[in-house]
Amino acid sequence: MAKYFDMLMEDVRFREGLHACMNCGVCTGVCPAAEFYNYDPRQIVSIVQTRDEEAIERLLKGDTIWFCGECMSCRPRCPRGNTPGYVIQALRTLSQKLGFFVESEKGRQQLALKRTIGENILRTGYCIVPKLVRPELHPEQGPVWQWIYDHDREVFACFTPVYGREGAGALRRIDDESLDEIRRIFDTSGGTEMFETIERHSDRKAREMGYEQGADDRYMMDVFQKNSVEP
Amino acid sequence: MKRNSWQDYQKQIADDHYYYARSCIRQNFFPGSERAFIDILTRDLGKDLLDDPKHSSCTGIGYHSDIVPLETIMTVVARQFSLMNEVGYENFVTSCITSFGIYTEILATWQEFPETEERTREYLRKATGREFTKPASLAHTSDIVFHFRDDIAARAKRRLVNAATGEPLRVVEHIGCHYAKIFPKSGIGGSEFPYVLAGMVESWGGECVDYPERRHCCGFGFRNYLVQANRGYSIANSHKKLESMAPYKPDFIVANCPGCAMFLDKWQYTIAEMEGTTYGENGHGIPVLTYEEMAGLVLGYDPWELGMQMHQVDVEPLLDKMGVEYDPAAKYLGRNGKFIGKPDTAAVNCGQSELLYDIKE
Repeated sequence: MAKYFDMLMEDVRFREGLHACMNCGVCTGVCPAAEFYNYDPRQIVSIVQTRDEEAIERLLKGDTIWFCGECMSCRPRCPRGNTPGYVIQALRTLSQKLGFFVESEKGRQQLALKRTIGENILRTGYCIVPKLVRPELHPEQGPVWQWIYDHDREVFACFTPVYGREGAGALRRIDDESLDEIRRIFDTSGGTEMFETIERHSDRKAREMGYEQGADDRYMMDVFQKNSVEP
Repeated sequence: MKRNSWQDYQKQIADDHYYYARSCIRQNFFPGSERAFIDILTRDLGKDLLDDPKHSSCTGIGYHSDIVPLETIMTVVARQFSLMNEVGYENFVTSCITSFGIYTEILATWQEFPETEERTREYLRKATGREFTKPASLAHTSDIVFHFRDDIAARAKRRLVNAATGEPLRVVEHIGCHYAKIFPKSGIGGSEFPYVLAGMVESWGGECVDYPERRHCCGFGFRNYLVQANRGYSIANSHKKLESMAPYKPDFIVANCPGCAMFLDKWQYTIAEMEGTTYGENGHGIPVLTYEEMAGLVLGYDPWELGMQMHQVDVEPLLDKMGVEYDPAAKYLGRNGKFIGKPDTAAVNCGQSELLYDIKE
């Protein structure tokens, strides 16, 4: 059996985030995810701490590790200096590396994040640009955002001289040389490999789930929108 | 007294010569705030700030969505430092709380695990041929405004008081988790009693409201908002905060983090549409400001030049309370005063005074 604990220990966040948990549950008490989901960071840290490889594998393949919002409210509260949020980050990274993330509904959502935020970073140099916040996918943004979205050139021109163009200012177009540097950084440091890993396992799982075209737009929209996990 | 423990958490903030890094979220939703920050620093206070077009996102939203590996974001951050070195600056200022958390975490990780810094240097060299030195100081843009809060007070055209009664305005300040929860020493006041916004509010005549969920997360939760299926998490946590603050009748909310400002604004709209609940006076929502907007109003800036028309919750009830003069008909005009229509109405703005703010086409 794989030594998941040893693999987790290769991640500095895991080494920083887990010392010895006494199971007091303060992390769960302040956790916004525990507020909403059937989620208990205390229990996750407790499981990982036992080094029970089967139990860790269940975590890596399950929904639970994907509930955390990475707000890190747990970090300053832990009386033993642990950071359950860091443990979660390490678990999620390993789940993706091993292709286990596609075994849960919440884990499969990584494809949507890669295709929206991830691809946008490589395309524009930003995580978010106005045209990514499409009103039909963001009804919560309301009519003012719809107005901004529909009149983006007019509205943003009130605040920046370079909307969509090169130069200094908000929402400028980042020059090609800088974008090439960002892409090469992704190629060199494992970012591109992570994106490819997410795509590869998503495509495999999509076919397994009966999506004949693999991880196509239909699969992507399904993972983005469908929610069968009871809060 | 524990309430004064913020005084234990002070940090050095550079007095001048800032290398400015923009925020993905702030420039999307509050571009007027980024402009106001630059104007306040350079025009009002005479400071030097460089807005370098070569810098990029820190990729922090990707990192906290777990699709950007730690090694990658470290190298992106190293590139930002390299760009700063190239133009001869050493005081790095970022306009985003997620980014601020990223920079503090990475600098601390390099300190704690030096092999990660070495590896970052190798990746950066290989990918771009660049080298870098770390910044002499790292600050969030609100730290800088806090640093100059008394200079701003000395130039104030308005104060955070009710113009009719002379009473201080009641302000909910929301700090944003990644400002000081990750590294309490990196934020003014630490994570228990952060003082960065409270200090501004007090200097400019307002008073902060203490309420039970003051330190609770706004509910962004990265993947919990970015993936549509998960947004119940996000609205549920904003709802918890709004329910907790409403009985204290705040005049407005001011947020440190651009994401928090956007969520506390937009989720009020959503809650009003879904449940008919509003949290402010006379059936309105509670206006949500960025600290740049708050500083801008104090300095006499026009609210529409600050970009406050981009909020979903109308700010006019607050402007009226402060005695701010503004042109209602100019609110939704485009570049050069061009009329470009106006947004549909929303339940969150449908109080009894709604008609006062209706723009005559």
